[in-house]
Amino acid sequence: MTPSAGTVEAEQSAPTTPAGTATNAGGRRLPRAKSATSLTPISGLGLGIALMWFSLLVFIPLTAVLVQASAGGWSAYWDALTSPQTLAALRLTVGTAVLVTVVNVVMGTAIAWVLVRDQFRGKQLLEVVIDIPFALPTIVAGLVLLSLYGPSSPLGVNWANTRVAVFLAFLFVTLPFIVRTVQPVLLELEHEVEEAAASLGANRLTTFRLVILPSLAPAITAGAALSFCRAISEYGSLVLLSGNLPYSTEVASVRIMSSIEGDKLTEAAAVASILLVVALIVIVVLDLISRRVARYA
Amino acid sequence: MHDTAAHRVTRWTLRLIVIGYLLFLVIWPVALVAAKTFANGLAPVINALRQPEVIFAFQLTLSAAFWAVVINTIFGVGISLLLVRYTFPGRRALNAMIDVPLSVSPVVVGLALVLVYNGRTGWLGQTLEQGGLQVIYAPPGIIMATAFVSLPLVIRELVPVLTEIGTEQEQAARSLGASGLQTFARITLPAIKWGLLYGVVLSLARSLGEFGAVKIVSGGVAMRTQTATLLVEERYQQFGLVNSITAYTAAFILALIAVIALIIITSLRPSKGAP
Repeated sequence: MTPSAGTVEAEQSAPTTPAGTATNAGGRRLPRAKSATSLTPISGLGLGIALMWFSLLVFIPLTAVLVQASAGGWSAYWDALTSPQTLAALRLTVGTAVLVTVVNVVMGTAIAWVLVRDQFRGKQLLEVVIDIPFALPTIVAGLVLLSLYGPSSPLGVNWANTRVAVFLAFLFVTLPFIVRTVQPVLLELEHEVEEAAASLGANRLTTFRLVILPSLAPAITAGAALSFCRAISEYGSLVLLSGNLPYSTEVASVRIMSSIEGDKLTEAAAVASILLVVALIVIVVLDLISRRVARYA
Repeated sequence: MHDTAAHRVTRWTLRLIVIGYLLFLVIWPVALVAAKTFANGLAPVINALRQPEVIFAFQLTLSAAFWAVVINTIFGVGISLLLVRYTFPGRRALNAMIDVPLSVSPVVVGLALVLVYNGRTGWLGQTLEQGGLQVIYAPPGIIMATAFVSLPLVIRELVPVLTEIGTEQEQAARSLGASGLQTFARITLPAIKWGLLYGVVLSLARSLGEFGAVKIVSGGVAMRTQTATLLVEERYQQFGLVNSITAYTAAFILALIAVIALIIITSLRPSKGAP
Protein backbone atom coordinates (compact mmCIF):
# COMPACT_ATOMS: atom_id res chain seq x y z
CA MET A 1 0.00 0.00 0.00
CA THR A 2 1.23 3.48 -0.77
CA PRO A 3 1.81 5.95 2.04
CA SER A 4 -1.16 8.09 1.01
CA ALA A 5 -3.52 5.15 1.28
CA GLY A 6 -2.10 4.56 4.74
CA THR A 7 -2.94 8.12 5.66
CA VAL A 8 -6.50 7.72 4.57
CA GLU A 9 -6.74 4.60 6.61
CA ALA A 10 -5.42 6.37 9.68
CA GLU A 11 -7.92 9.14 9.13
CA GLN A 12 -10.78 6.78 8.83
CA SER A 13 -9.88 4.88 11.96
CA ALA A 14 -10.90 7.87 14.04
CA PRO A 15 -13.88 9.48 12.37
CA THR A 16 -13.52 13.17 12.96
CA THR A 17 -15.59 15.05 10.46
CA PRO A 18 -19.25 15.48 11.25
CA ALA A 19 -19.72 13.00 8.45
CA GLY A 20 -17.50 10.46 10.07
CA THR A 21 -18.94 11.31 13.42
CA ALA A 22 -22.50 10.80 12.49
CA THR A 23 -22.23 8.27 9.76
CA ASN A 24 -19.68 5.68 10.62
CA ALA A 25 -22.14 2.91 11.19
CA GLY A 26 -19.64 0.95 13.25
CA GLY A 27 -18.49 3.96 15.24
CA ARG A 28 -21.97 4.91 16.33
CA ARG A 29 -22.44 1.72 18.19
CA LEU A 30 -21.66 2.15 21.84
CA PRO A 31 -19.29 -0.65 22.71
CA ARG A 32 -19.95 -2.23 26.05
CA ALA A 33 -16.69 -1.60 27.82
CA LYS A 34 -15.49 -4.65 29.69
CA SER A 35 -14.53 -2.55 32.64
CA ALA A 36 -17.68 -0.45 32.83
CA THR A 37 -18.80 -0.09 36.42
CA SER A 38 -22.03 0.98 38.00
CA LEU A 39 -22.42 4.57 39.11
CA THR A 40 -20.51 5.98 42.06
CA PRO A 41 -22.07 8.88 44.00
CA ILE A 42 -19.89 11.44 42.18
CA SER A 43 -20.50 10.03 38.70
CA GLY A 44 -24.19 9.78 39.60
CA LEU A 45 -24.19 13.49 40.41
CA GLY A 46 -22.40 14.16 37.11
CA LEU A 47 -25.02 12.15 35.25
CA GLY A 48 -27.76 14.10 37.00
CA ILE A 49 -26.28 17.45 35.98
CA ALA A 50 -25.64 16.28 32.43
CA LEU A 51 -29.18 14.96 32.06
CA MET A 52 -30.61 18.19 33.46
CA TRP A 53 -28.70 20.27 30.90
CA PHE A 54 -29.64 17.84 28.13
CA SER A 55 -33.30 18.13 29.16
CA LEU A 56 -33.24 21.93 29.32
CA LEU A 57 -31.51 22.23 25.97
CA VAL A 58 -32.92 19.33 23.95
CA PHE A 59 -35.68 17.23 25.55
CA ILE A 60 -38.02 19.89 26.91
CA PRO A 61 -37.82 22.15 23.83
CA LEU A 62 -38.42 19.26 21.40
CA THR A 63 -41.31 18.04 23.56
CA ALA A 64 -42.69 21.57 23.45
CA VAL A 65 -42.81 21.32 19.64
CA LEU A 66 -44.98 18.19 19.86
CA VAL A 67 -47.19 19.74 22.57
CA GLN A 68 -47.63 22.91 20.53
CA ALA A 69 -48.44 20.86 17.43
CA SER A 70 -51.28 19.18 19.30
CA ALA A 71 -52.48 22.42 20.92
CA GLY A 72 -55.36 22.86 18.48
CA GLY A 73 -56.45 19.23 18.62
CA TRP A 74 -56.27 16.53 15.98
CA SER A 75 -58.34 18.34 13.37
CA ALA A 76 -56.26 21.52 13.57
CA TYR A 77 -53.12 19.41 13.25
CA TRP A 78 -54.50 17.62 10.22
CA ASP A 79 -55.67 20.89 8.66
CA ALA A 80 -52.24 22.45 9.13
CA LEU A 81 -50.55 19.52 7.43
CA THR A 82 -53.01 19.22 4.58
CA SER A 83 -53.32 22.86 3.64
CA PRO A 84 -52.43 23.05 -0.07
CA GLN A 85 -49.35 25.21 0.52
CA THR A 86 -47.94 22.90 3.20
CA LEU A 87 -48.69 19.80 1.11
CA ALA A 88 -46.90 21.34 -1.86
CA ALA A 89 -43.91 22.16 0.35
CA LEU A 90 -43.80 18.65 1.85
CA ARG A 91 -44.16 17.04 -1.56
CA LEU A 92 -41.31 19.13 -3.00
CA THR A 93 -39.09 18.48 0.03
CA VAL A 94 -39.57 14.72 0.12
CA GLY A 95 -39.48 14.32 -3.68
CA THR A 96 -36.27 16.30 -4.07
CA ALA A 97 -34.70 14.60 -1.05
CA VAL A 98 -35.43 11.16 -2.54
CA LEU A 99 -33.96 12.20 -5.89
CA VAL A 100 -30.86 13.65 -4.22
CA THR A 101 -30.41 10.52 -2.13
CA VAL A 102 -30.52 8.35 -5.25
CA VAL A 103 -27.88 10.52 -6.92
CA ASN A 104 -25.80 10.36 -3.74
CA VAL A 105 -26.01 6.56 -3.59
CA VAL A 106 -24.46 6.36 -7.06
CA MET A 107 -22.05 9.31 -6.90
CA GLY A 108 -21.13 8.84 -3.24
CA THR A 109 -20.17 5.22 -3.84
CA ALA A 110 -18.23 6.20 -6.96
CA ILE A 111 -16.38 8.97 -5.09
CA ALA A 112 -15.54 6.64 -2.20
CA TRP A 113 -14.34 4.06 -4.70
CA VAL A 114 -12.03 6.56 -6.43
CA LEU A 115 -10.71 7.87 -3.11
CA VAL A 116 -9.88 4.37 -1.87
CA ARG A 117 -8.86 2.39 -4.95
CA ASP A 118 -7.42 5.02 -7.28
CA GLN A 119 -4.07 6.79 -6.93
CA PHE A 120 -3.38 10.16 -8.49
CA ARG A 121 -1.88 13.52 -7.75
CA GLY A 122 -4.19 15.81 -5.82
CA LYS A 123 -6.26 13.04 -4.27
CA GLN A 124 -5.63 14.49 -0.82
CA LEU A 125 -7.16 17.75 -2.04
CA LEU A 126 -10.36 15.87 -2.96
CA GLU A 127 -10.48 14.56 0.61
CA VAL A 128 -10.73 18.16 1.83
CA VAL A 129 -13.19 19.11 -0.93
CA ILE A 130 -15.57 16.33 0.17
CA ASP A 131 -15.84 17.83 3.66
CA ILE A 132 -16.28 21.45 2.56
CA PRO A 133 -20.10 21.20 2.42
CA PHE A 134 -20.05 20.17 6.09
CA ALA A 135 -17.74 22.87 7.28
CA LEU A 136 -19.21 25.70 5.22
CA PRO A 137 -21.98 27.71 6.92
CA THR A 138 -25.23 26.94 5.08
CA ILE A 139 -25.90 30.57 4.18
CA VAL A 140 -22.46 30.69 2.56
CA ALA A 141 -23.26 27.43 0.76
CA GLY A 142 -26.26 29.19 -0.80
CA LEU A 143 -24.10 32.10 -1.88
CA VAL A 144 -21.50 29.69 -3.28
CA LEU A 145 -24.04 27.86 -5.46
CA LEU A 146 -25.59 31.16 -6.52
CA SER A 147 -22.26 32.29 -7.93
CA LEU A 148 -22.12 29.42 -10.42
CA TYR A 149 -25.80 28.75 -11.04
CA GLY A 150 -27.36 32.15 -10.33
CA PRO A 151 -28.04 35.31 -12.37
CA SER A 152 -24.39 36.11 -13.16
CA SER A 153 -23.36 32.53 -13.86
CA PRO A 154 -20.28 32.05 -16.07
CA LEU A 155 -22.09 28.98 -17.43
CA GLY A 156 -24.85 31.16 -18.80
CA VAL A 157 -27.57 29.41 -16.81
CA ASN A 158 -29.81 31.00 -14.23
CA TRP A 159 -31.36 28.44 -11.96
CA ALA A 160 -31.94 30.77 -9.02
CA ASN A 161 -35.54 30.65 -7.75
CA THR A 162 -36.27 27.37 -9.54
CA ARG A 163 -36.64 23.80 -8.34
CA VAL A 164 -33.25 23.00 -9.85
CA ALA A 165 -31.78 25.31 -7.19
CA VAL A 166 -33.48 23.28 -4.45
CA PHE A 167 -32.04 20.10 -5.96
CA LEU A 168 -28.53 21.61 -6.16
CA ALA A 169 -28.65 22.92 -2.59
CA PHE A 170 -29.69 19.51 -1.26
CA LEU A 171 -27.01 17.83 -3.37
CA PHE A 172 -24.34 20.19 -2.05
CA VAL A 173 -25.09 19.84 1.66
CA THR A 174 -25.47 16.04 1.54
CA LEU A 175 -22.34 15.34 -0.53
CA PRO A 176 -20.14 13.87 2.24
CA PHE A 177 -22.59 11.44 3.87
CA ILE A 178 -22.39 8.35 1.67
CA VAL A 179 -18.73 8.98 0.77
CA ARG A 180 -17.77 9.00 4.43
CA THR A 181 -19.82 5.94 5.38
CA VAL A 182 -18.70 3.82 2.42
CA GLN A 183 -15.01 4.81 2.46
CA PRO A 184 -13.97 2.99 5.67
CA VAL A 185 -15.84 -0.18 4.69
CA LEU A 186 -14.21 -0.18 1.27
CA LEU A 187 -10.80 0.24 2.91
CA GLU A 188 -11.33 -2.85 5.03
CA LEU A 189 -12.73 -4.92 2.21
CA GLU A 190 -10.23 -7.66 1.40
CA HIS A 191 -8.72 -7.54 -2.06
CA GLU A 192 -8.30 -11.30 -1.83
CA VAL A 193 -12.03 -11.96 -1.90
CA GLU A 194 -12.39 -10.00 -5.12
CA GLU A 195 -9.37 -11.74 -6.62
CA ALA A 196 -10.78 -15.12 -5.64
CA ALA A 197 -14.05 -14.22 -7.33
CA ALA A 198 -12.17 -13.08 -10.42
CA SER A 199 -10.03 -16.21 -10.51
CA LEU A 200 -13.17 -18.31 -10.28
CA GLY A 201 -14.26 -16.70 -13.54
CA ALA A 202 -16.48 -13.87 -12.33
CA ASN A 203 -16.21 -10.79 -14.50
CA ARG A 204 -15.85 -7.35 -12.92
CA LEU A 205 -19.55 -6.56 -13.00
CA THR A 206 -20.43 -9.87 -11.35
CA THR A 207 -17.72 -9.38 -8.73
CA PHE A 208 -19.04 -5.92 -8.00
CA ARG A 209 -22.65 -7.03 -7.83
CA LEU A 210 -22.21 -10.24 -5.84
CA VAL A 211 -19.12 -9.58 -3.73
CA ILE A 212 -18.54 -5.88 -3.21
CA LEU A 213 -22.05 -4.44 -3.22
CA PRO A 214 -23.43 -6.71 -0.46
CA SER A 215 -20.55 -5.70 1.85
CA LEU A 216 -21.16 -2.04 1.14
CA ALA A 217 -24.95 -2.22 1.46
CA PRO A 218 -25.21 -1.41 5.20
CA ALA A 219 -22.86 1.56 4.84
CA ILE A 220 -24.72 2.84 1.77
CA THR A 221 -28.04 2.47 3.59
CA ALA A 222 -26.75 4.33 6.63
CA GLY A 223 -25.34 7.11 4.45
CA ALA A 224 -28.55 7.30 2.42
CA ALA A 225 -30.66 7.61 5.59
CA LEU A 226 -28.49 10.44 6.89
CA SER A 227 -28.41 12.12 3.51
CA PHE A 228 -32.22 12.00 3.24
CA CYS A 229 -32.60 13.32 6.76
CA ARG A 230 -30.18 16.18 6.14
CA ALA A 231 -31.91 17.09 2.88
CA ILE A 232 -35.43 17.33 4.27
CA SER A 233 -34.23 19.53 7.12
CA GLU A 234 -32.15 21.91 5.02
CA TYR A 235 -32.85 25.60 5.40
CA GLY A 236 -29.86 27.97 5.29
CA SER A 237 -28.57 27.26 1.81
CA LEU A 238 -32.02 27.79 0.27
CA VAL A 239 -32.67 31.25 1.70
CA LEU A 240 -30.78 33.18 -0.96
CA LEU A 241 -30.90 30.53 -3.65
CA SER A 242 -34.42 29.21 -4.10
CA GLY A 243 -36.51 32.35 -3.72
CA ASN A 244 -38.88 30.44 -1.40
CA LEU A 245 -41.85 30.81 -3.71
CA PRO A 246 -45.01 29.16 -2.30
CA TYR A 247 -46.24 26.19 -4.38
CA SER A 248 -43.02 26.30 -6.39
CA THR A 249 -39.73 26.31 -4.50
CA GLU A 250 -40.88 26.48 -0.88
CA VAL A 251 -39.58 23.53 1.17
CA ALA A 252 -40.77 22.30 4.56
CA SER A 253 -38.29 24.19 6.73
CA VAL A 254 -38.95 27.43 4.85
CA ARG A 255 -42.67 26.83 5.39
CA ILE A 256 -42.01 26.44 9.12
CA MET A 257 -40.00 29.65 9.12
CA SER A 258 -42.73 31.67 7.44
CA SER A 259 -45.32 30.26 9.88
CA ILE A 260 -43.10 31.35 12.78
CA GLU A 261 -42.69 34.81 11.28
CA GLY A 262 -46.46 35.03 10.89
CA ASP A 263 -46.82 34.03 14.55
CA LYS A 264 -48.69 30.84 13.60
CA LEU A 265 -46.77 28.68 16.02
CA THR A 266 -49.20 25.75 15.99
CA GLU A 267 -48.94 25.47 12.21
CA ALA A 268 -45.16 25.75 12.42
CA ALA A 269 -45.04 23.06 15.10
CA ALA A 270 -47.28 20.75 13.05
CA VAL A 271 -44.86 20.74 10.10
CA ALA A 272 -41.89 20.63 12.49
CA SER A 273 -43.34 17.51 14.15
CA ILE A 274 -43.15 15.70 10.80
CA LEU A 275 -39.47 16.60 10.38
CA LEU A 276 -38.83 15.59 13.98
CA VAL A 277 -40.48 12.19 13.57
CA VAL A 278 -38.49 11.51 10.39
CA ALA A 279 -35.28 12.45 12.22
CA LEU A 280 -36.14 10.05 15.06
CA ILE A 281 -36.95 7.25 12.61
CA VAL A 282 -33.59 7.75 10.91
CA ILE A 283 -31.78 7.60 14.26
CA VAL A 284 -33.53 4.34 15.16
CA VAL A 285 -32.79 2.86 11.72
CA LEU A 286 -29.12 3.79 12.04
CA ASP A 287 -28.95 2.29 15.51
CA LEU A 288 -30.42 -0.96 14.17
CA ILE A 289 -28.04 -1.03 11.18
CA SER A 290 -24.98 -0.47 13.35
CA ARG A 291 -26.08 -3.24 15.71
CA ARG A 292 -26.62 -5.62 12.81
CA VAL A 293 -23.23 -4.73 11.31
CA ALA A 294 -21.57 -5.18 14.69
CA ARG A 295 -23.14 -8.60 15.09
CA TYR A 296 -21.86 -9.91 11.76
CA ALA A 297 -18.53 -8.12 11.84
CA MET B 1 -1.63 -7.59 -12.21
CA HIS B 2 -5.06 -6.10 -12.80
CA ASP B 3 -4.03 -3.51 -15.28
CA THR B 4 -5.69 -4.63 -18.47
CA ALA B 5 -6.70 -1.99 -21.00
CA ALA B 6 -10.39 -2.29 -20.16
CA HIS B 7 -9.49 -1.83 -16.55
CA ARG B 8 -7.61 1.37 -17.21
CA VAL B 9 -10.50 2.79 -19.22
CA THR B 10 -12.94 2.09 -16.40
CA ARG B 11 -10.60 3.64 -13.85
CA TRP B 12 -9.99 6.79 -15.89
CA THR B 13 -13.67 7.23 -16.69
CA LEU B 14 -14.63 6.92 -13.05
CA ARG B 15 -11.85 9.29 -11.98
CA LEU B 16 -12.91 11.94 -14.52
CA ILE B 17 -16.59 11.66 -13.61
CA VAL B 18 -15.81 12.09 -9.91
CA ILE B 19 -13.45 15.03 -10.44
CA GLY B 20 -15.91 16.69 -12.84
CA TYR B 21 -18.78 16.24 -10.39
CA LEU B 22 -16.81 17.76 -7.52
CA LEU B 23 -15.57 20.56 -9.77
CA PHE B 24 -19.08 21.65 -10.69
CA LEU B 25 -20.66 21.05 -7.29
CA VAL B 26 -17.96 22.36 -4.92
CA ILE B 27 -14.62 23.53 -6.31
CA TRP B 28 -15.74 25.99 -8.99
CA PRO B 29 -18.59 27.58 -6.97
CA VAL B 30 -16.35 28.06 -3.91
CA ALA B 31 -13.56 29.56 -6.03
CA LEU B 32 -16.08 31.95 -7.63
CA VAL B 33 -17.09 33.35 -4.23
CA ALA B 34 -13.45 34.10 -3.45
CA ALA B 35 -13.06 35.72 -6.88
CA LYS B 36 -16.22 37.81 -6.45
CA THR B 37 -15.12 39.04 -3.03
CA PHE B 38 -11.93 40.52 -4.45
CA ALA B 39 -13.35 41.48 -7.86
CA ASN B 40 -13.01 45.20 -7.08
CA GLY B 41 -9.68 44.92 -5.32
CA LEU B 42 -8.74 44.85 -1.69
CA ALA B 43 -9.90 48.35 -0.67
CA PRO B 44 -13.69 47.70 -0.69
CA VAL B 45 -13.12 44.48 1.27
CA ILE B 46 -11.19 46.35 3.96
CA ASN B 47 -13.81 49.11 4.03
CA ALA B 48 -16.50 46.46 4.46
CA LEU B 49 -14.64 45.04 7.43
CA ARG B 50 -14.45 48.48 9.05
CA GLN B 51 -18.22 48.85 9.29
CA PRO B 52 -19.34 48.78 12.93
CA GLU B 53 -22.17 46.36 12.07
CA VAL B 54 -19.69 43.89 10.60
CA ILE B 55 -17.29 44.18 13.54
CA PHE B 56 -20.19 43.75 15.96
CA ALA B 57 -21.57 40.72 14.07
CA PHE B 58 -18.25 38.91 14.11
CA GLN B 59 -17.67 39.73 17.78
CA LEU B 60 -21.10 38.39 18.68
CA THR B 61 -20.55 35.27 16.57
CA LEU B 62 -17.17 34.63 18.18
CA SER B 63 -18.38 35.09 21.74
CA ALA B 64 -21.50 32.95 21.22
CA ALA B 65 -19.40 30.24 19.56
CA PHE B 66 -16.84 30.46 22.37
CA TRP B 67 -19.43 29.88 25.11
CA ALA B 68 -21.19 27.16 23.14
CA VAL B 69 -17.89 25.33 22.68
CA VAL B 70 -16.97 25.71 26.37
CA ILE B 71 -20.34 24.28 27.41
CA ASN B 72 -20.15 21.46 24.86
CA THR B 73 -16.60 20.56 25.86
CA ILE B 74 -17.38 20.27 29.58
CA PHE B 75 -20.67 18.49 28.92
CA GLY B 76 -19.08 16.34 26.18
CA VAL B 77 -16.20 15.09 28.30
CA GLY B 78 -18.55 14.29 31.16
CA ILE B 79 -21.14 12.48 29.05
CA SER B 80 -18.47 10.53 27.15
CA LEU B 81 -16.89 9.32 30.39
CA LEU B 82 -20.31 8.31 31.71
CA LEU B 83 -21.27 6.50 28.49
CA VAL B 84 -18.03 4.56 28.24
CA ARG B 85 -17.03 3.95 31.85
CA TYR B 86 -20.32 3.36 33.61
CA THR B 87 -23.47 1.33 33.22
CA PHE B 88 -26.80 2.81 34.12
CA PRO B 89 -30.39 2.36 33.02
CA GLY B 90 -31.13 4.30 29.83
CA ARG B 91 -27.51 4.33 28.70
CA ARG B 92 -28.30 3.04 25.23
CA ALA B 93 -31.21 5.47 24.85
CA LEU B 94 -29.01 8.36 25.92
CA ASN B 95 -26.35 7.30 23.44
CA ALA B 96 -28.90 7.33 20.62
CA MET B 97 -30.49 10.60 21.76
CA ILE B 98 -27.12 12.38 21.71
CA ASP B 99 -27.30 12.25 17.90
CA VAL B 100 -30.70 13.95 17.71
CA PRO B 101 -29.29 17.48 17.36
CA LEU B 102 -27.38 16.42 14.23
CA SER B 103 -30.55 15.17 12.54
CA VAL B 104 -33.04 17.86 13.51
CA SER B 105 -33.60 20.80 11.18
CA PRO B 106 -32.10 24.06 12.50
CA VAL B 107 -35.50 25.66 12.00
CA VAL B 108 -37.07 23.08 14.31
CA VAL B 109 -34.31 23.73 16.85
CA GLY B 110 -35.07 27.45 16.78
CA LEU B 111 -38.82 26.87 17.09
CA ALA B 112 -38.31 24.45 19.99
CA LEU B 113 -36.19 26.92 21.94
CA VAL B 114 -38.60 29.80 21.26
CA LEU B 115 -41.56 27.74 22.50
CA VAL B 116 -39.88 27.04 25.85
CA TYR B 117 -37.84 30.17 26.48
CA ASN B 118 -39.77 33.12 25.04
CA GLY B 119 -40.68 35.65 27.73
CA ARG B 120 -44.35 35.97 26.82
CA THR B 121 -45.68 32.41 26.68
CA GLY B 122 -42.64 30.16 27.14
CA TRP B 123 -42.80 27.28 29.61
CA LEU B 124 -39.64 28.41 31.35
CA GLY B 125 -39.13 31.75 29.63
CA GLN B 126 -41.78 33.57 31.69
CA THR B 127 -40.12 32.65 34.98
CA LEU B 128 -36.64 33.42 33.67
CA GLU B 129 -37.73 36.79 32.35
CA GLN B 130 -39.30 37.71 35.69
CA GLY B 131 -35.96 36.81 37.21
CA GLY B 132 -34.32 39.27 34.83
CA LEU B 133 -32.86 36.80 32.30
CA GLN B 134 -33.99 37.29 28.73
CA VAL B 135 -33.13 34.27 26.59
CA ILE B 136 -34.93 34.70 23.28
CA TYR B 137 -33.87 37.70 21.15
CA ALA B 138 -30.79 37.95 23.37
CA PRO B 139 -27.29 36.41 23.54
CA PRO B 140 -28.26 33.52 25.89
CA GLY B 141 -30.67 32.25 23.23
CA ILE B 142 -27.99 32.50 20.55
CA ILE B 143 -25.60 30.53 22.77
CA MET B 144 -28.25 27.86 23.45
CA ALA B 145 -29.11 27.46 19.77
CA THR B 146 -25.43 27.21 18.89
CA ALA B 147 -24.74 24.72 21.70
CA PHE B 148 -27.74 22.63 20.57
CA VAL B 149 -26.61 22.19 16.97
CA SER B 150 -23.00 21.34 17.85
CA LEU B 151 -23.75 19.25 20.94
CA PRO B 152 -22.81 15.74 19.70
CA LEU B 153 -19.53 16.63 17.99
CA VAL B 154 -17.18 16.42 21.01
CA ILE B 155 -18.94 13.30 22.33
CA ARG B 156 -18.71 11.46 19.00
CA GLU B 157 -14.94 12.10 18.97
CA LEU B 158 -14.31 11.05 22.55
CA VAL B 159 -16.40 7.88 22.87
CA PRO B 160 -14.25 5.78 20.46
CA VAL B 161 -11.00 7.09 21.95
CA LEU B 162 -12.09 6.44 25.53
CA THR B 163 -13.25 2.96 24.58
CA GLU B 164 -9.94 2.18 22.92
CA ILE B 165 -7.64 3.34 25.71
CA GLY B 166 -9.39 1.18 28.29
CA THR B 167 -9.10 1.66 32.03
CA GLU B 168 -5.95 -0.22 33.08
CA GLN B 169 -3.79 2.88 33.43
CA GLU B 170 -6.52 4.75 35.25
CA GLN B 171 -7.00 1.85 37.64
CA ALA B 172 -3.25 1.65 38.21
CA ALA B 173 -3.13 5.34 39.02
CA ARG B 174 -6.05 5.03 41.39
CA SER B 175 -4.50 2.03 43.15
CA LEU B 176 -1.29 4.04 43.63
CA GLY B 177 -3.33 6.61 45.52
CA ALA B 178 -4.13 9.23 42.88
CA SER B 179 -7.40 11.09 43.39
CA GLY B 180 -10.10 11.05 40.72
CA LEU B 181 -9.13 14.52 39.57
CA GLN B 182 -5.42 13.67 39.44
CA THR B 183 -6.12 10.52 37.46
CA PHE B 184 -8.19 12.51 34.99
CA ALA B 185 -5.61 15.28 34.61
CA ARG B 186 -2.52 13.03 34.42
CA ILE B 187 -3.83 9.90 32.67
CA THR B 188 -7.15 10.36 30.91
CA LEU B 189 -6.74 13.90 29.56
CA PRO B 190 -3.35 13.31 27.86
CA ALA B 191 -4.77 10.17 26.23
CA ILE B 192 -7.85 11.89 24.82
CA LYS B 193 -6.32 15.28 24.01
CA TRP B 194 -6.21 14.83 20.21
CA GLY B 195 -9.75 13.53 20.02
CA LEU B 196 -10.82 16.38 22.25
CA LEU B 197 -9.01 18.91 20.08
CA TYR B 198 -10.69 17.62 16.90
CA GLY B 199 -14.06 17.74 18.62
CA VAL B 200 -13.44 21.31 19.76
CA VAL B 201 -12.30 22.49 16.31
CA LEU B 202 -15.33 20.83 14.72
CA SER B 203 -17.72 22.35 17.26
CA LEU B 204 -16.15 25.76 16.75
CA ALA B 205 -16.50 25.54 12.97
CA ARG B 206 -20.11 24.39 13.28
CA SER B 207 -20.89 27.07 15.88
CA LEU B 208 -19.49 29.96 13.86
CA GLY B 209 -21.60 28.95 10.87
CA GLU B 210 -24.99 28.28 12.45
CA PHE B 211 -27.75 30.16 10.69
CA GLY B 212 -31.34 28.85 10.81
CA ALA B 213 -31.66 28.22 14.55
CA VAL B 214 -29.90 31.47 15.42
CA LYS B 215 -32.10 33.40 13.00
CA ILE B 216 -35.24 32.34 14.90
CA VAL B 217 -33.99 32.82 18.46
CA SER B 218 -32.02 36.02 17.89
CA GLY B 219 -34.36 38.15 15.79
CA GLY B 220 -31.30 39.36 13.87
CA VAL B 221 -31.33 43.03 14.90
CA ALA B 222 -28.20 44.80 13.62
CA MET B 223 -25.79 45.87 16.39
CA ARG B 224 -27.81 43.88 18.94
CA THR B 225 -28.43 40.26 17.96
CA GLN B 226 -27.14 40.00 14.39
CA THR B 227 -24.47 37.32 13.96
CA ALA B 228 -22.11 37.05 10.98
CA THR B 229 -24.27 34.56 9.04
CA LEU B 230 -27.37 36.72 9.58
CA LEU B 231 -25.40 39.73 8.34
CA VAL B 232 -24.56 37.86 5.12
CA GLU B 233 -28.25 37.21 4.51
CA GLU B 234 -29.35 40.77 5.26
CA ARG B 235 -26.67 42.48 3.19
CA TYR B 236 -27.06 40.17 0.22
CA GLN B 237 -30.75 41.00 0.01
CA GLN B 238 -30.13 44.77 0.12
CA PHE B 239 -29.38 46.79 -2.98
CA GLY B 240 -26.08 48.44 -3.81
CA LEU B 241 -22.51 47.43 -4.42
CA VAL B 242 -21.33 48.19 -0.87
CA ASN B 243 -23.91 45.85 0.64
CA SER B 244 -23.12 43.14 -1.86
CA ILE B 245 -19.38 43.40 -1.21
CA THR B 246 -20.04 43.35 2.53
CA ALA B 247 -22.09 40.16 2.13
CA TYR B 248 -19.38 38.50 0.05
CA THR B 249 -16.63 39.65 2.42
CA ALA B 250 -18.37 38.25 5.50
CA ALA B 251 -19.17 35.03 3.59
CA PHE B 252 -15.56 34.78 2.44
CA ILE B 253 -14.23 35.11 5.99
CA LEU B 254 -16.68 32.47 7.26
CA ALA B 255 -15.68 30.15 4.41
CA LEU B 256 -12.00 30.79 5.11
CA ILE B 257 -12.44 29.87 8.79
CA ALA B 258 -14.29 26.70 7.76
CA VAL B 259 -11.59 25.62 5.32
CA ILE B 260 -8.80 26.38 7.82
CA ALA B 261 -10.62 24.29 10.43
CA LEU B 262 -10.89 21.45 7.91
CA ILE B 263 -7.20 21.64 7.06
CA ILE B 264 -6.25 21.65 10.74
CA ILE B 265 -8.35 18.54 11.28
CA THR B 266 -7.05 16.67 8.22
CA SER B 267 -3.41 17.51 8.87
CA LEU B 268 -3.45 16.80 12.61
CA ARG B 269 -5.25 13.52 12.40
CA PRO B 270 -2.55 11.20 11.01
CA SER B 271 -0.11 12.38 13.70
CA LYS B 272 -2.14 10.28 16.08
CA GLY B 273 -0.46 7.29 14.51
CA ALA B 274 -1.70 4.48 12.34
CA PRO B 275 -4.14 2.04 13.92
